[in-house]
Amino acid sequence: MNAGQNLKMVKNALGREVPVEIPGLGKFEPYVSPFDYLGRALFRTQETRPIRPREPRHDKVTDDIRKAVERSGLENGMTISFHHHLRNGDAVVPAVLKALSEMGFKDLSLAPSSLSDSHDMVADYFRNGLVTRLFSSGARGEVGRAISAGELDIPVVLRSHGGRARAVEQGEMPIDVAFLAAPLCDKYGNMTGSGGRSACGSLGYAQVDARHARHVIAVTDSLTDYPLRPRISVPQYLVDQVLVVDSIGDPSKIATGAARISRNPVDLRIARNAFDLIAASGLLTNGCSFQVGAGGASLAVAAYVKDYMKENRIKGAFGLGGMSGYMIEMLEQGYFEAMLDVQSFDSAVTDSMTRNPNHIEIDASCYANPFNKGCTAHNLDIVVLAALDIDVDFNVDIQTGHDGVLRGAIGGHPDTAAGAKLAVVVAPSFRGGVPTIKERVTTVCTPGETIDAFVTERGICVNPRREDLLASARAARLPVKDIRELKEEVEKLTGVPDPPEFDRSRVVAVIENRDGTLLDTARAVGPGPGRGLV
Amino acid sequence: MESSDCMVVVAPAESYSLEYGGQNEAIFGRRTERIAREIAERRASGRASVRIQDRGALEVTLRARIETAFERALEVEKEGEVAR
Repeated sequence: MNAGQNLKMVKNALGREVPVEIPGLGKFEPYVSPFDYLGRALFRTQETRPIRPREPRHDKVTDDIRKAVERSGLENGMTISFHHHLRNGDAVVPAVLKALSEMGFKDLSLAPSSLSDSHDMVADYFRNGLVTRLFSSGARGEVGRAISAGELDIPVVLRSHGGRARAVEQGEMPIDVAFLAAPLCDKYGNMTGSGGRSACGSLGYAQVDARHARHVIAVTDSLTDYPLRPRISVPQYLVDQVLVVDSIGDPSKIATGAARISRNPVDLRIARNAFDLIAASGLLTNGCSFQVGAGGASLAVAAYVKDYMKENRIKGAFGLGGMSGYMIEMLEQGYFEAMLDVQSFDSAVTDSMTRNPNHIEIDASCYANPFNKGCTAHNLDIVVLAALDIDVDFNVDIQTGHDGVLRGAIGGHPDTAAGAKLAVVVAPSFRGGVPTIKERVTTVCTPGETIDAFVTERGICVNPRREDLLASARAARLPVKDIRELKEEVEKLTGVPDPPEFDRSRVVAVIENRDGTLLDTARAVGPGPGRGLV
Repeated sequence: MESSDCMVVVAPAESYSLEYGGQNEAIFGRRTERIAREIAERRASGRASVRIQDRGALEVTLRARIETAFERALEVEKEGEVAR
């Protein structure tokens, strides 16, 4: 089945081979540069979608998933979408795919905003033919392994959150039916994530799909009296049906506890170095803006930033992005005027929006779509980002494991790296005996020209494109190192790993830049060397 | 076994062989082969079977563990000879 893929490939500006056309997906253009799109003509905007007006007091509620699917007009070959705000506790994707499979559907495009650890079963639906195309931000666990093994004939399209919002708004990825988990919902489809027993906080990704899908089904386990109040994330006029189910997810996995500041000394050293560079950049002033992930070293950077703001009486304008409890603490303690929240990371955030008027829910387009009239990622001063691997050109891989298997998610990484004045990537210099700096990363997810510095426990590597930043870091006597020299220093400890082995003839995924051009291609993983007897 | 460490088992054999397993087997096979063979040649003229279970050991750690395994194996052999 996989024979004869024979895609015509071209090299993009990063020297990466990418296809010009993929049967079943269409034509693609190779990546040129981060803001190449600004020089192009006007962009195509979303075509109008058919709306079916409803009579007054029309009944939207059903508890029969099959009826809801039948009424949606879903057909084989169409595109269905989901949001991933329920994180590892999501039960909506499994329930809907199971029902669709039992109803005999096949050849569907699956277009969730991302897939989490709770979605291993999606791989089963590749195998039975229900899902033949996947568009996602990430592919983890069993899904990543199935893709890397070449189980889908049509390559997967991996996009950032901003890139997905762009593709949906432009009509490049039209969604036929969106199944949107609604933690708190009324009978007319007004919904929010700030409430209900499966509360998740922001519904930023769901908002884009609700606006643009042809048919929208709110899936809820907490039907509340009409009208929903005081917050409405998705209003009723965008919702076709309300499907009531027993449970949309496992609250214990949706509402994980607040991420704690790491006590790992390596993480803390990395964070200290990253903070020193941020301070040296001169960007931490009144009115500044800041984004940081919830990972070990990243959150520790926020702690150092907070101490500095306190000491120097600095008040920032806003924090952005995926929100952790720590950022909400900074809002409540007055370090920032506002928090713009596209996705809440932990339970400490969930009820904050009802409590804090300046904790503002934003949708994925407002967050990071490069093709709208201005997204918040483009207003960012500082972003601290994680990485699996980085290469000597500062290209970042957040998608490929050391064995070559897809296992991460792109998220907002390339969007914020491109938008922020200072994009700092933090990671240990090696993990599990494997060095983080590569000659070439396996899969480019964020182009190196948008990364300003890579910070490890062993020193700070400033992108040579940022001579000004390098000068500031040197003036502050920070431990600056050339990225190639740091690579060699670490390899003296670890040895030099072999790149994983791939079947070069078999493309299993393409990585879109946020503007839709192709950054890189992921190939099927071949039998690795060194297995068993050498 | 702790992470960032490895376990090495060395036994006398007619000829050299290496069994290398663990989380980094796909990417550190060649490095490990080079190091294990070099030590086996130097210490036992290559007449040893080496088994390594790797949990992400650094190269320096790996080297130290293999050297130590050989040293102890050779000590045991020597003691055996004296007893005979």
